[in-house]
Amino acid sequence: MERLAFLTVDGLSRGAVYAAMALALVLIWRGARIVNFAQGAMAVAAAYVAHSVTAATGSFWLGFLAAPAAGLALGWLVERLVMRHVGHDRPLNAVIVALGLVLLITAVLGIVYGNEFRPAPPAFDRTAGFALLSPYDIFVFGSVAATVGALALLFTRSKAGLRLRASAFAPEVSRLLGVNVGGMLLLGWVLAAGVGALAGMLIIPTEFGLHPNAMDRSFVVAFTAAVVGGLDSPAGAVIGGLAVGLVLSFVGGYLGDQVTPLAIIVLLLAVLLIRPDGLFAKPAARRI
Amino acid sequence: MKRYLWTLLGAALLLALTYVIPPFQNYQLATVAAYLCATAGLTVLTGQNGQLSLGHGALMATGAYTVALMQNAIGNLPLSLLAGVVVTTAAGAVIGLAAARLRGPYLAGVTLAVAVVVPGITTMFDDVLGGDQGLTFYLAPPPFGYDFPFERWQAWIALAAALLTVLLLGNLAAGRYGREFRAVRDDEIAARLCGIHLARTQILAFVVSAAAAGLGGGVLAVLAQSVSPGAFSLTLSLFLVMAIVVGGLGSLAGAVWGAILLVALPDLTTRVTEVFALPTGLAQRLEGNLPLAIFGITLIVVMILAPGGLQGLFLRIVKRGR
Repeated sequence: MERLAFLTVDGLSRGAVYAAMALALVLIWRGARIVNFAQGAMAVAAAYVAHSVTAATGSFWLGFLAAPAAGLALGWLVERLVMRHVGHDRPLNAVIVALGLVLLITAVLGIVYGNEFRPAPPAFDRTAGFALLSPYDIFVFGSVAATVGALALLFTRSKAGLRLRASAFAPEVSRLLGVNVGGMLLLGWVLAAGVGALAGMLIIPTEFGLHPNAMDRSFVVAFTAAVVGGLDSPAGAVIGGLAVGLVLSFVGGYLGDQVTPLAIIVLLLAVLLIRPDGLFAKPAARRI
Repeated sequence: MKRYLWTLLGAALLLALTYVIPPFQNYQLATVAAYLCATAGLTVLTGQNGQLSLGHGALMATGAYTVALMQNAIGNLPLSLLAGVVVTTAAGAVIGLAAARLRGPYLAGVTLAVAVVVPGITTMFDDVLGGDQGLTFYLAPPPFGYDFPFERWQAWIALAAALLTVLLLGNLAAGRYGREFRAVRDDEIAARLCGIHLARTQILAFVVSAAAAGLGGGVLAVLAQSVSPGAFSLTLSLFLVMAIVVGGLGSLAGAVWGAILLVALPDLTTRVTEVFALPTGLAQRLEGNLPLAIFGITLIVVMILAPGGLQGLFLRIVKRGR
């Protein structure tokens, strides 16, 4: 029973981070119809910036805050320098360009920092404090909840949010009404990269450490979470993240850690084959 | 008929080449041939049928591990390679069945999951697959006596596999199935109206392409006489995508360009870094990562500026020259 409770808390804590990453994927998908396959690599780059800032200043929190800031900057760069120029004649183009970014970012990180694992200390103690909840879990829940809340406020209660939603759903009409659609696209990328960087800072200390490929598997899990919720639904991304976190935690806890990789594929395939638009999407008519 | 003559001519030229070049370059030639099997297969799938697979590195791993296991169990090389192709074909059929129902980024996501997750399976069954260490196996010496260079023998095996793959895939692409592949890629509804069975065509493309990747992986294992999960990481899958994009999506000649680049570029960067007397730490980091960076930049630039790839550029220059 205690094991069940422990696995539940651990799964939810990881799931919260996957939810944040999935939310970042959804943000870009809604705006640009692009799945940002480079998101994991971008988050790792931000985590390395945090590592450097902490090493230079000696302050952990300065480094921790530097990561989302670096993420925002990286999102800006990626959209302005690369993604904006990708042709939209075939949906494969953007995916392939994002994969090129993955190669480039991991290579640059490998050249600057080397390809060995570096320790990534967690912000708080990860051993259970009271009622199975470790201080780190509380920190994770708090920061993800704050991020999700801030994004929800931005999207539903601000003028920028209205413009963001408008340009995502009807770019042509929005442009005619005077909305800067290109700027909104940029804003979407910047926000998503910032959220992704924060998620990276939260997930990397719970795994093997900092490494240019540290987020590969987490990205796949986050993609699964986004698909479970439906790539179009921010609320679905959060629920999908928590659900996937729980499933993987139970599989890892009861069947063994080696089985989790297979569980990820099975889960992803099952969702895509049964409900390709996500569990929370209304069934839509599909051509052919 | 013309295609067979060209293949024979190519085979004769390559055979002569293996007698001229030194052993290390024979080994590199063999590596190019091994990659060519996989890039040719991926070209048929992604370029001609429009399905992007990020999981071909994992399919190569399937072929490679099968060859290693068969070599240790029986030790008959043609049989091992055949088994590698058969097992990978089966794996490709499973993924292809799912892939036929998926489009665009969803398919990319699933195959990415395969690429990221499959190397971990080797630790799941580490008593059979050897975990992170991988497996080593024995390769019988060439049947032409012991003074026949081993690298030339490996080059022959690899070139035979590559020529066979390119010939068969070329025949396929030129025939009815190739037309159906391209019809499905260009317009699914129109293809359906012409009586083409969408799912069957897509699964066929995936299966054929997986078989080629399995052969490529098997040959790669034969060259190294060992397999390990590190050799079949996500990076390998991305390299293969890079190779076919740079070569020109959809043309088998482009697959040749890509395979050559995969071997030549790392070699070139190593030589360039050797010219500058860099401190060893930096030189080591550059050696592994600089090719990656160049591949990444190439992928981005080619995709944005010249979606036709090297082969498209080459054709344009040839046309202008006439």
